[in-house]
Amino acid sequence: MKKKSISYAKWGYIFLIPFFVVYIIFALVPLVQTFYYSFMDRYVDTGAISIFNPTGNVVDNGFCGLKNFKDVLIGENAQFTQAFVNTIIIWLVGFIPQIVFSLLLAVWFTDIRLKLKAQGFFKTVIYLPNVIMASAISLLFYSLFTKGGALDTLLNSGGDMSLLDQVWGARGIVGFINFMMWYGNTTILLMAAIMGIDTSLYESAQIDGANPTQTFWRITIPLIKPILAYVLITSMIGGLQMFDVPSFIGSDMGSPSGKLKTIVMIIQTGKDSAIGQVGAISVLIFIISAILGFLTLKVMNDEPGKKKKKKPAKSR
Amino acid sequence: MAQLKKILAGSFAVMMAATMMAGCGDSDSSSSAGTDTNSNGGSTSTDGKDSKKVYNIYCWNDEFKSRFETYYEPVKDTALWEGVEVNWVINTNKDNVYQTKLDEALKTQATDDMKIDLFLAEADYIVKYTDSDASADVKGVIGLTDDDLKNQYKYTQDAATVNGVLKGVSWQATPGLFLYNTTYAEKVLGTSDPDKVQEQLSDWTKFEEVAAKMKEQGIAMVSGFDDTYRCFSNNVSAPWVTDNKITIDPQISAWVEQTKSWTDKGYNHKTSLWDENWTADQKIDSNTFGYFFSTWGIPFTLLGNTLATSTDDGGKAEVGNGGYGLWKACLGPQSYFWGGTWLIACATSDNNEITKDIMLKMTCNTDVMAKITDEQQDYTNNKEAIKKLIDGGYKNEFLGGQDHLSLLTEAAEKVDLTNKICAYDQGCNEKFQGAMKQYFLGNATYDEALATFKTEITQLYANLSMD
Repeated sequence: MKKKSISYAKWGYIFLIPFFVVYIIFALVPLVQTFYYSFMDRYVDTGAISIFNPTGNVVDNGFCGLKNFKDVLIGENAQFTQAFVNTIIIWLVGFIPQIVFSLLLAVWFTDIRLKLKAQGFFKTVIYLPNVIMASAISLLFYSLFTKGGALDTLLNSGGDMSLLDQVWGARGIVGFINFMMWYGNTTILLMAAIMGIDTSLYESAQIDGANPTQTFWRITIPLIKPILAYVLITSMIGGLQMFDVPSFIGSDMGSPSGKLKTIVMIIQTGKDSAIGQVGAISVLIFIISAILGFLTLKVMNDEPGKKKKKKPAKSR
Repeated sequence: MAQLKKILAGSFAVMMAATMMAGCGDSDSSSSAGTDTNSNGGSTSTDGKDSKKVYNIYCWNDEFKSRFETYYEPVKDTALWEGVEVNWVINTNKDNVYQTKLDEALKTQATDDMKIDLFLAEADYIVKYTDSDASADVKGVIGLTDDDLKNQYKYTQDAATVNGVLKGVSWQATPGLFLYNTTYAEKVLGTSDPDKVQEQLSDWTKFEEVAAKMKEQGIAMVSGFDDTYRCFSNNVSAPWVTDNKITIDPQISAWVEQTKSWTDKGYNHKTSLWDENWTADQKIDSNTFGYFFSTWGIPFTLLGNTLATSTDDGGKAEVGNGGYGLWKACLGPQSYFWGGTWLIACATSDNNEITKDIMLKMTCNTDVMAKITDEQQDYTNNKEAIKKLIDGGYKNEFLGGQDHLSLLTEAAEKVDLTNKICAYDQGCNEKFQGAMKQYFLGNATYDEALATFKTEITQLYANLSMD
């Protein structure tokens, strides 16, 4: 205040311009549009096409209130609930082993007494599956497990139904692919969290005679809770948008019996025609994701906040 | 120092913006080569070029491309093509991708500088494009005459005719046959002679009796669920959709019933059309008796799949390599057609003379047509060319020297598309087969499978309804 100084702040804004331009054009406008469409009774007859009247196949009955939401949630051909359940189940099948493995690996890699060798190598290896495209891994698994595929022949020896044709087999394979792709990422996040814990806490606990199980449950877990919550909720939001793996494994219909049909797959089926309904589904995902996002923020801010609440003047 | 920092920061900002723009502009520069090239819908890739100098063709695989390059290029009217290059825009047919991309491109044609000149359509959705202002009148606008078209099968023209106006022409007729494995025919039926085999397969009851005999020897009559589908779906009494209402035709129900019972009895290998096992079953020793195929099924599917050493690995298409020469054809239990590709001139094209040249040479020219049939085993849409070949003692080496053209001619006369096709056939067929697969496998009851079909189809085509 006293002295005039050179302000670099404007450069910050200039650097941010490209981001905001891209964000507004490619994210904000479509987002607002989706909300708009979700309240419109609007669909496209994709069985008709015209050059001179390009919008001639669009049927627009105008504003329809919550009709689209009603249709996708409780209507005669409602798919949302089933797809939501499918999505959550497939996500859980992948997430539970993912968090268990990641915690275990993260604790081993950071253990001060274990001192694992060649850590860099292992960290790279477990992260590698994440580098490959999801569609590539899915296709690989599809050809392994499809009827007559290498692993199918091994498991069934020409038997009746391949795993992909069985509900839990197919869900298991999708879950496994998700697990394989993401446990490395989670491990690295959790390791960062554990390494942030003061090692003197572990040393003093060991001096007091605590065994590894006790230090894990009493020190590690409570102190990495915010990161755990972050991992859980980002994974859930990612899981809600699951599309490529199940659609490769179960085709666009989510075979077997539509049990692999996730929410985004409904959107993909209807995006060219059922504009209003698909908009409503997108809005529903948006709302669920937003709630989850707020939850993360709350959990992450609460933890350290508890002690600091006495001095609300200085939040950061 | 401060000055330097400013300059540095400024130039970085410019560079960032520049890379961003470059990223946008460059993305659609490669759509002419390769099989699965994706062009982005709105504008075709050759920015800045004169549209008259680029001949844009939309299609879904390289079938037409290879025909075009092999048979059209040598005889093309070079004066017309002076300085004009072909731009192929190829998108896969699966999940409506081709139609979606084509539609996006068509919608901007009225104003777009780069004009689409020719696009292809399949029987499953040709109605959508012929019953539209997107297609040009073949006779009135392009300038083909009745005399040019006289050798084509009438059904191929009927399929592309809307309100009396011919909107598309095809170079192939697609009557269906039943192709069978001669080794298994000898083993189970005691003969591989097409006439005698046909006698035993001439209706569905007899066909099923043979299936039972095959089963005793561990041979599946057909590979999968969908093999017999076209026999039924092409004999329906009304198309899938009338007045925006979907109906399940009795013929379609008959397919479901028959396939379920065959699956339970083990007459098939539970494969689905185009999947890996279905393809693998086309090997000569795969314990599968036969396939329902139309004319394109031989060169584009069976021939390649039945070779022991594929042509990619240096194998030759000749007797002794896998199943080459060990298949034969008969009419089968029910006449049907399958597929077919039509050339449609885009209404806003600026290269109609070239389109006329292509249509004349690729769908009307007797010599070119005879050559295609002779060399590619494709049944071309030209009665005179076919007759010439048959009279000349045509023998198909792949079918062990059989003259299958006479059979196809017989079948082609019976094909009638009147009141059988609609614009929504592709989605309906794909979704129905997909939904019923779960019923055949025992994962769902018929009603559950039907409900899946209903939700899927009304999502895909939101303007349709179904009781």
